[in-house]
Amino acid sequence: MNTASATQDEHEIEHDHKPKGLMRWVLTTNHKDIGSLYLMFSFLMFLVGGAMAMVIRAELYQPGLQIVEPNFFNQMTTVHGLIMVFGAVMPAFTGLANWLIPMMIGAPDMALPRMNNWSFWILPMAFSILLASLFMEGGGPNFGWTFYAPLSTTYSPDSTALFVFAVHIMGISSILGAINVVVTIVNMRAPGMTYMKMPLFVWTWLITAFLLIAVMPVLAATVTMVLTDKYFGTSFFAAAGGGDPVLFQHIFWFFGHPEVYIMILPSFGIISAIIPAFSRKKLFGYSSMVYATASIALLSFLVWAHHMFTTGMPVAAELFFMYCTMLISVPTGVKVFNWVATMWRGSLTFETPMLFAIAFIVLFTIGGFSGLMLAITPVDFQYHDTYFVVAHFHYVLVTGAIFSIMAACYYWLPKWTGHMYDERLGKMHFWASVISVNVLFFPMHFLGLAGMPRRVPDYALQFADFNQLVSIGGFAFGLSQLIFLVVLIKCARGGKKAPAKPWEGSEGLEWNMPSPAPYHSHTTPPEIK
Amino acid sequence: MAQQQTTNYYVPAQSYWPIVGAIGLLFIAIGAGTTVQQIGSEASSGSWMLTIGIVIIIAMMFGWFNDVIVESDKGLYSAQMDRSFRQGMSWFIFSEVMFFAAFFGALFYVRTIAIPWLGGASNNVMTGQILWPDFEAVWPLVTTPAGDTTTAMGWQGLPLANTIILLTSSITLHIAHKGLEENNRKKLTALLAITVLLGVAFLVLQAEEYVEAYRHMGLTLSAGVYGNTFFLLTGFHGMHVTIGTIMLFVMLWRVLKGHFTPERHFAFQATSWYWHFVDVVWLGLFFFVYIL
Amino acid sequence: MQKIIIIIAAMSTVVFTGAALGTSSVNLTQGVTDISQRVYDLHMVILTICAIIGLVVFGAMLYAIINHRKSKGATAAQFHESTKVEVLWTVIPFFILIGMAIPATTTLIEMEDNSAADITIKITGSQWKWHYQYFEHDFGFYSLLATPQEQIQNVSTKGENYLLEVDKPLVIPTNKKIRFLITADDVIHSWWVPAFAVKQDANPGFINEAWTRVNEPGIYRGQCAELCGKDHGFMPVVVRALPQEEYDAWLSAQLQHVAKEKQEEQQALASTLTMEESMALGEKTYIARCAACHQVGGEGIAGAFPKIKGSPIALGDVGAHIDVVVNGKPGTAMQAFANQLSAKELAAVITYERNAWGNNTGDIVQVSDVKPEAK
Ligand code: HEA
Ligand code: HEA
Ligand code: HEC
Ligand code: CUA
Ligand SMILES: [Cu+2]
Repeated sequence: MNTASATQDEHEIEHDHKPKGLMRWVLTTNHKDIGSLYLMFSFLMFLVGGAMAMVIRAELYQPGLQIVEPNFFNQMTTVHGLIMVFGAVMPAFTGLANWLIPMMIGAPDMALPRMNNWSFWILPMAFSILLASLFMEGGGPNFGWTFYAPLSTTYSPDSTALFVFAVHIMGISSILGAINVVVTIVNMRAPGMTYMKMPLFVWTWLITAFLLIAVMPVLAATVTMVLTDKYFGTSFFAAAGGGDPVLFQHIFWFFGHPEVYIMILPSFGIISAIIPAFSRKKLFGYSSMVYATASIALLSFLVWAHHMFTTGMPVAAELFFMYCTMLISVPTGVKVFNWVATMWRGSLTFETPMLFAIAFIVLFTIGGFSGLMLAITPVDFQYHDTYFVVAHFHYVLVTGAIFSIMAACYYWLPKWTGHMYDERLGKMHFWASVISVNVLFFPMHFLGLAGMPRRVPDYALQFADFNQLVSIGGFAFGLSQLIFLVVLIKCARGGKKAPAKPWEGSEGLEWNMPSPAPYHSHTTPPEIK
Repeated sequence: MAQQQTTNYYVPAQSYWPIVGAIGLLFIAIGAGTTVQQIGSEASSGSWMLTIGIVIIIAMMFGWFNDVIVESDKGLYSAQMDRSFRQGMSWFIFSEVMFFAAFFGALFYVRTIAIPWLGGASNNVMTGQILWPDFEAVWPLVTTPAGDTTTAMGWQGLPLANTIILLTSSITLHIAHKGLEENNRKKLTALLAITVLLGVAFLVLQAEEYVEAYRHMGLTLSAGVYGNTFFLLTGFHGMHVTIGTIMLFVMLWRVLKGHFTPERHFAFQATSWYWHFVDVVWLGLFFFVYIL
Repeated sequence: MQKIIIIIAAMSTVVFTGAALGTSSVNLTQGVTDISQRVYDLHMVILTICAIIGLVVFGAMLYAIINHRKSKGATAAQFHESTKVEVLWTVIPFFILIGMAIPATTTLIEMEDNSAADITIKITGSQWKWHYQYFEHDFGFYSLLATPQEQIQNVSTKGENYLLEVDKPLVIPTNKKIRFLITADDVIHSWWVPAFAVKQDANPGFINEAWTRVNEPGIYRGQCAELCGKDHGFMPVVVRALPQEEYDAWLSAQLQHVAKEKQEEQQALASTLTMEESMALGEKTYIARCAACHQVGGEGIAGAFPKIKGSPIALGDVGAHIDVVVNGKPGTAMQAFANQLSAKELAAVITYERNAWGNNTGDIVQVSDVKPEAK
């Protein structure tokens, strides 16, 4: 069998011979370079979105208006949500996919390398536009990341057109990226890498990519209708012309709910790699994990209106969406139980990736429980649009998605950089994060139950104490992330040399490669058992 | 599939085209956004930027595809590579299907939920009674709740003709493809040319329909949800036909230059998939927008 | 690892003590209706089930973390895959869910039964106030935030009901089934009173229904629960529930008051306003009703709300100015104030806009100018 490039003389020259300088990054077609670009971009966006969260928390530190105007506060909330979802979490997963999938399935690179570069470089463009719109006259988007019509149409600031087109190109980027992942997984597996031998990270990403291709176009259609309603006189979301503002919510959440699973399924894959590695024991039920992931993905198309229980749907529809939503707990439970069963009677050690993975399981499950509570329609009438919801989704997103991304970084850093990260700093980062994050988000449950609405710049006096605590937790969690930044930089620049397989219990093709992984992965298809 | 051999997977070296494409999209997004904001004003900076963006993207397409063609001609592409392209294109078309699905979804929602509710159906009795007492819930919605009126587009005449044209074009394209596979270049060229002409004919008729709607029927983009769904669905479809026709035209041009072999003709294949997809969407449109 | 244990333990203690407190500030309110009580019970049941599942799952994990660690010499067992176990942990949660779904379903069906109401009230949200219309009577009013700006801007100390107080609360009788017809004029709002467990979106162009039957007299406070623009956080809901007799008394007093106001309006039509009088009333009205958008200094917010200070409309034709304020601009945030303000207030606020902040037109708008049809 030939190698990927050996037959090609002119290509041979480039082999393992990284182009230098800035242009290496701008023009690259290498999955590792692009993966690194995605990860760095995502971290940058995490800082930017986090800085906005800090503005939110600072304003909410006390009752009364101190720092920002209500209108600017709304812009902060909106752009914080948008940036964290589309700029931090999704690109981080795409970055991990780029780095890991070809290595894990024994492929030389992603299937469509030039398109891969394109899908990355669209992102900085999209987010520049989004951020620039904050500085325009009338301000940037201020209608929440869910941009409900008619607040986002008739009543929105002038800059809404830029928001719409930024979302459009961001969507193009996601779709192209997802197509690349699917094609890579379906078409590029090394001989012998059957579907049921693929690592779970690959499986979860395959399903995630399918969700992305299915729902990102729906988001594009949603923003298009917002555009025509605002600027071209259509009335999709206006009753006077025969439309319905609730139609907006249906279309948005048809995208939006699968979207939140897009932000968690790859995490499941990561955790399913890390828990067995540090338990030195095989994953308890591989195939049930695969089926559970697929069930979650399928169910995710049937539950969207659980965000809309208060919109006045007929009771039959409310019941349908309540039941379907509750059902999702079953496959998710299968996952949680599997991880616990994997740890059971293992031989556990607690390096930083494992710490984050354990915290993930506990805290994500707490977020899942509050999700289940939200699914119960009559009670959701009380929870809806309060800080209880904010607590729910930060538990699944921050201590879920973000923690899993951090776990992944620690786990694969040695493979990426060829150096071990500083374990002491890593542990410090973990403990600082895990404590502060709970101070940050746990009291939000109480605030919500006690009746504090979300998206408000000011609140009644009975919420003051908890808000102060939450803000303090927020600042502490923000500062803790600076430790992470230090770990990453230190590890990239040097440190103890990492062996090919730094973790005793880890499994997978990527650990057969030297650390750092060579510029081109699997130039010859590897042998698979 | 994994069992198939992984030979010679070609990983292209660095390329300028993606970053050019990203910059093109930047210009398009800012340009389109600004253009829309400048509607009704004198300023034209937006449309300039939009134009520049489109030019950049077109240039990128030519450059990028040219690279691909050159590489393919050099024989750098394995069968596996070809499969990647094909799968990529199929998923892309799937994403387009979902894009249209959202608009069809809006249409169905408006017809089966929003309008009946405005008329007082289901749990919205009071909506009808108090807010819109004079409103009559019918489809096509020729009188909006606010009282604006319009006329509905019939399915006979132009739309029917267009349906026949598109269906025919799908068949001609299929025969052209057969011709390519049989290495019958004459058949290929002739039928491909006919397909392009049919595409153009469709667009001309569609344009005429729009003119008719605007000039004589009072059916405009802003004429309530009937006009909204009508123009957005047919408009986006028309846009896809335009792109498809251009793609077909490029294919014709390449055929005339002697490109494609019976075994290797991914671009042709992709174009024809795209065309069939556009065709199927039209059938849905014809059925749900015009007839029902 | 012990720290995780401590955190979890601390959290569960907090949850349970919180729950025990019942009406405390960390848990859902039990409210003052049968429905709100059932919602609360449902909430507690699900919370408890989740907490128990959590304890089992995290407990098992904790046990493994403590006892199956390598540093204690644990070697990994080899077992994996067991259909029996897998089926069990799929089926058991499924039945737990059914257990939850049954009470949820019955509660929901009852909540959505809006029939057989004693009193109907139409609630309309607009940026940023609520309007209450007593359906059986030709009577309604606006209800606006009463907290003064100085408290919000931290200039003066905040009152007890900071942000949760309005000028005119909704008044309802106890022990009567009250049906709410909820809608909006501009964007989506959401009418929420936690003590009733009623939260219903107010969608422009549609009417949603909800109902309540309050058992205890009292004042109940809630807030708008759907992002509705800049002052979404400043749009409280206050409901006073009165025993039937008091309610009847209140209602007849209100109806009389309305009749008297109508008369006064007629008289005002004939009267002439002086500049001084107009400016005083105008300023008051402007600050209360217009400043939220056009700002206290009339400078507006660029790109969202036009400035009035030095604007062509305030300096130009009076008729056009009156038209904008009285009839609003459909399809924008500028609402019609014809029914929100009295004719006198309308006249005064327009005069104010035309003469404040250096808009020295000298025009005095009279009541008869804003209500020409009533002449
Ligand atoms: C990663 C993102 C993520 C994930 C994974 C989830 C997971 C879930 N979410 Fe969440 N959700 C969001 C992100 C996410 N959500 C966001 C961003 C919003 C707000 C959007 C906005 O308005 O801005 C939201 C809002 C939201 C709402 C709307 C609330 C409202 O506005 O009123 C609801 C309602 O049903 C809901 C439900 C659920 C459920 C049932 C799950 C389930 O998947 C959870 C399943 C998991 C478990 C249940 C735990 C583990 C299971 C076991 C241990 C088994 C045994 C358990 C039992 C049988 C009880 N979510
Ligand atoms: C993955 C998604 C994600 C992530 C990671 C986060 C992270 C955080 N989020 Fe948020 N959030 C959302 C998704 C996310 N969020 C969404 C979707 C919404 C809804 C928006 C809407 O309503 O439309 C929301 C809304 C939201 C609200 C409610 C706003 C409102 O209703 O008005 C709040 C309030 O506290 C909040 C806080 C935080 C905080 C403190 C963090 C922290 O975890 C952030 C920590 C990170 C940093 C701080 C950056 C790193 C550090 C530095 C840059 C150094 C400087 C540090 C200091 C000065 C201390 N978020
Ligand atoms: C909810 C926000 C809001 C409130 C409250 C509001 N306005 Fe406006 N107003 C607007 C907006 C938005 C416009 C611009 C409408 C347009 O697009 O033409 C406007 C326009 C106007 C104009 C025309 C200005 C111009 O240059 O075109 C006048 C005059 C005006 N308002 C007066 C008032 C008065 C008087 C009040 C109070 C009694 C008031 N407004 C309350 C939002 C508001
Ligand atoms: Cu009204 Cu929020
Ligand atoms: Cu959801």
